[in-house]
Amino acid sequence: MSTPLHGRPRALRLAAIGLGLSALAAGFAYAAGWIGSERLTPKRIIDTFEAQAGHYPGYRKNHAKGLCVSGYFLSSNQAASLSRARVFSQQRVQVIGRFAIGGSNPYSADTSVPTRSLALQLSSDDGQVWRTGMNTPPVLAVNTPEAFYQQVLAMTPAPATGKPDPARVQAFFAAHPESAAFRQWAKDYKAPDSFANSSFNSINAFALVDDAGNRQYVRWSLLPQTPFAALQGQVDDRDYLQHDLQQRLRQGPLRWTLRLTLAQAADAVDDPSQPWPAERRSVDAGTLVIEQVDGPEQGACRDLNFDPLILPSGIEPSADPILAARSAAYAESFNRRSREAAQLGARP
Amino acid sequence: MKTVPVAFHPLARLLHWLMAVLILAMLFVGVSMISDLSPRHTWLLSLHKAIGLALLLLVLVRIVLRLTVPHPPLPADLPTVQRLAAGASHLLLYGLMLAMPLIGWGMLSAGGYPLPLHLPALLPHDLQLYAVLRQAHGWLAYVLFATVLVHLGAALVHGLVRRDGVLRSMSPAPLRNRQANDQD
Repeated sequence: MSTPLHGRPRALRLAAIGLGLSALAAGFAYAAGWIGSERLTPKRIIDTFEAQAGHYPGYRKNHAKGLCVSGYFLSSNQAASLSRARVFSQQRVQVIGRFAIGGSNPYSADTSVPTRSLALQLSSDDGQVWRTGMNTPPVLAVNTPEAFYQQVLAMTPAPATGKPDPARVQAFFAAHPESAAFRQWAKDYKAPDSFANSSFNSINAFALVDDAGNRQYVRWSLLPQTPFAALQGQVDDRDYLQHDLQQRLRQGPLRWTLRLTLAQAADAVDDPSQPWPAERRSVDAGTLVIEQVDGPEQGACRDLNFDPLILPSGIEPSADPILAARSAAYAESFNRRSREAAQLGARP
Repeated sequence: MKTVPVAFHPLARLLHWLMAVLILAMLFVGVSMISDLSPRHTWLLSLHKAIGLALLLLVLVRIVLRLTVPHPPLPADLPTVQRLAAGASHLLLYGLMLAMPLIGWGMLSAGGYPLPLHLPALLPHDLQLYAVLRQAHGWLAYVLFATVLVHLGAALVHGLVRRDGVLRSMSPAPLRNRQANDQD
């Protein structure tokens, strides 16, 4: 065994050790994003939502206002050849869901927000879980998280009017030609007068995987079996859609058809701003039946993160960057409201 | 007279270095994935869960080994303060190695998330419990990284400055054929 070092060699080696440890610590800080160039993080997106709409402890940080529902999914067995996921072959699958309106303000008037959403959790009898968050638009205006963030910034309410600055919005759309399909949809869209007759779309594409491992990219939609009726101009009830849903469910269950649209080879599967041609083949995978609604922000859906990447075996994510960003941002929102619940006892 | 080992058991050394690599990878993966929203986030998260489960199994084997196989004593001339610091930091490392994967598992259970490999939920679905565990998982990761840095620094001081054989007792390479008076 050699003798301990003294003097200069000792000082040099200690300095080298210190340097090595500092380098490792710096690498850690860089990996964490504490140093280095500023980048878009889930935290920054959720911070921006809260900066624009206000801070509402305990609530979801987007689509903050909603209702828990429950029911079941009746599989048609039509999609069982496309995906090995049990939900497509099991006769009756238990469902928990949440209807919501877009935006981060849980006190918005229901009819003041164009976007509506339906999030679902389907629990099949093999113990697998499928969560999906669907929205009324069939496409997004953008196809990257950075552009999405720019869109959020462009929609910042002007202090004077409380509405987005039209010039800024126009400039954003001009700079993002990929938003053409979304703008066309927004122009043609006639808001239905109920959640019950609204359509909801996965927007992002996913791959269905069959028993042999073959992949088929799809987008899915829930098409209402309740007939369309347009929302009338002046609605005084701020909770109009919630009251309507409660009233309809007192009369009986509500139904939607789960339609899978099958992509062809050239279709944009990683780009949620691009619609697929209307003539694409579709498969009706089954019927969603909603039979029960809970009080506002109460019930089984409240403490769930409807992360669209919680998928059963047989459904896989596409490489769509928005899909990954949604998953990351939902986790941040869930973590934040869970902290608010624990620290402040804040519950919706 | 019973011989006192001069080095850790080869299996202990294998486990040490395997886990050292995995734990460092885990800390870097964990801290980078939470600030990432690219598709990398998705696969880093899967990787994090897989390595976490592997580390849980490895630490159980390692604890049994540590409690059953004799290990080399610290040098007799080591000051009491450093001796205590060594003992405390090792206890902390073992505690964190065991706690981190269990907290991760418990946290996913309390958050109502499906678990990989059909693992059973460790805890009931409870948002406030999730919040406590999720924050503990994050803060304890920083404590673990800091402890790893201290551990690494101390090991290097033993090996490069004190040159007392402590670092070599955990050598990743086989030691059997070497002489006890080998240079560090």
